[in-house]
Amino acid sequence: MTVQERYEEAYNDPYYEEKLAEFEARIARGEKIEPDDWMPPEYRRQLIRLIQQHANSELIGALPEGTWIPYAPTFKRKMALVAKVQDEVGHAQLLYRAAETLGKPREQMVEELLSGESKWSNVFAYPAETWADVAIIAWLIDAAAIINQTIMATGSYAPYCRALKRIIYEESFHIKHGYEMIVTMVAGTKRQRDMVQDALNRWWEPIMMFFGPPDKLSVHTRTLQRWGVKPKTNDEQRQEFLSKYVPQIWDLGLEIPDPNLRYDETLGRWVYTEPDWNKFFRVINGNGPMSKERIAVRRLAYEEGRWVREALEALAKRVLTQPEPTGIVA
Amino acid sequence: MRDLTTPEVRDALVEYLYALADDELLVGHRASEWTGLAPILEADVALSSIAQDEMGHALTFYQLLEGLGEGHPDDLAFARDVGNFRNAIFSELPRGDWAFTVVRQYLHDVAERVRLEALANSTYEPLAQVARKLIVEEKYHLLHDRSWVAKLGSATEESHRRMQAALDRAFPYALGLFEPPDGEAVRLEAGIAPAEQELRDRWLEEVVPFLESATLRVPARQENGTWQVLVEPVYGGRRGRHTEYLETLLDAMQMVYRMEPGAKW
Repeated sequence: MTVQERYEEAYNDPYYEEKLAEFEARIARGEKIEPDDWMPPEYRRQLIRLIQQHANSELIGALPEGTWIPYAPTFKRKMALVAKVQDEVGHAQLLYRAAETLGKPREQMVEELLSGESKWSNVFAYPAETWADVAIIAWLIDAAAIINQTIMATGSYAPYCRALKRIIYEESFHIKHGYEMIVTMVAGTKRQRDMVQDALNRWWEPIMMFFGPPDKLSVHTRTLQRWGVKPKTNDEQRQEFLSKYVPQIWDLGLEIPDPNLRYDETLGRWVYTEPDWNKFFRVINGNGPMSKERIAVRRLAYEEGRWVREALEALAKRVLTQPEPTGIVA
Repeated sequence: MRDLTTPEVRDALVEYLYALADDELLVGHRASEWTGLAPILEADVALSSIAQDEMGHALTFYQLLEGLGEGHPDDLAFARDVGNFRNAIFSELPRGDWAFTVVRQYLHDVAERVRLEALANSTYEPLAQVARKLIVEEKYHLLHDRSWVAKLGSATEESHRRMQAALDRAFPYALGLFEPPDGEAVRLEAGIAPAEQELRDRWLEEVVPFLESATLRVPARQENGTWQVLVEPVYGGRRGRHTEYLETLLDAMQMVYRMEPGAKW
């Protein structure tokens, strides 16, 4: 059934209001929604959008770090980085499957990623310029992701929650690995410390933007919160990140490139320079410094792999159409 | 083993361990070039696991070298000059398309398994122990590789054509895996490792019928119980003669490590 058809069906359903009330009551009771349960078409649409974007982000997120696999110094770092990027690819796979349970085929999602129709996280539209970037990504971007994912895992859609649970478990190793890399470099030579500071300077704004625009600019937040699609707002998530990681960053003797950043006791929250949200929207709409490059790499990989996928499909068909072996009595 | 104290035996062992370690490192490195970019997500995840295993094997062999006074494994991999690498040229060739990757991985893994099986009886006990441990992982690699070779060998015209082209290119280089590292007679005498010719024949016995069953032509045949290869093997790697591919690869692989001598990463 297409999205359009689902909307029409709901529109023509005389019991829609009753079903909606029951659906919302279930969520209010903390129940989880399974793929075959009734759900409003808007809930389905929003979830597909979110999970698909999340899956895209894992897949595209494999690229900035993947670029550094051939350069990773030491056995430990090399193997850990392959393992980490492998995890991200595995997460993409898990998430595309979770999105598929809502009725959208994987092939279509891949095509929407390549055409730019479906979005992905702003942070992967920036270049990873040095080895220190790899450490900052593994530590702080995975930290930001884990905060977001831990919140999303309390959401209402069961298959997404199950996927997130496993993802969070693996991401927690990435953070440890990233933190350890940062500590090693910060305790190293001046050049190494400078590399880390430089990476932090460049990544800070994208990380602040990672949680999305401030609540006052966000349109859907209320309904999405009530439906357990997005249990906490962007600003709440950002505050959580700052509370947990700013002290750690300062402890390492690193400077955060925002002169206004401080915890305000009276307000009971972090205050900071508001990121340039116009820039954010430009980036997520495909105009970040590396947006086109990332998609070009994915498209190239997709095209180079086409003959392999065709071969597997041909084999699958052959197996299906093969006559039953004769001479065997069941 | 009795004679490790003589420099001759030690050198022959060291030469051999470099060959093993360097092959593993480079095949693992090449496999990891697919991480994030493989034709399907499931294959991406599987090949990344193999890459990590191969790197882990390399590390194990470098640790044996460390035990023989050759230095820290990270220095051996990330700070050694190209002319000191002892891998077969086969292992340094670019990753190519998925067909070449699958074919190389298969030929490599059978060679590795055949070698490890023989080394499980090495008189150099640390090597024998390592060999017995690593054989287990190779079983999973081979399940993976064989499944891909069998499928792509005959799935479509294009997949067959690509697999045959990959095999035609890979085979002469793969024979280079059995170029004897210096000191073979010494190793044989001491019972450290078997002759390369013997390993090559065992390898041919396995890969030729399997590749043929996957509808691929292999330039080797058995006559009166003796294997004959119909192409010239590409040797040189075990003597430190390499292609520009290895130079480019090492420039990248050693870039960060060599940036700040002595620094920790």
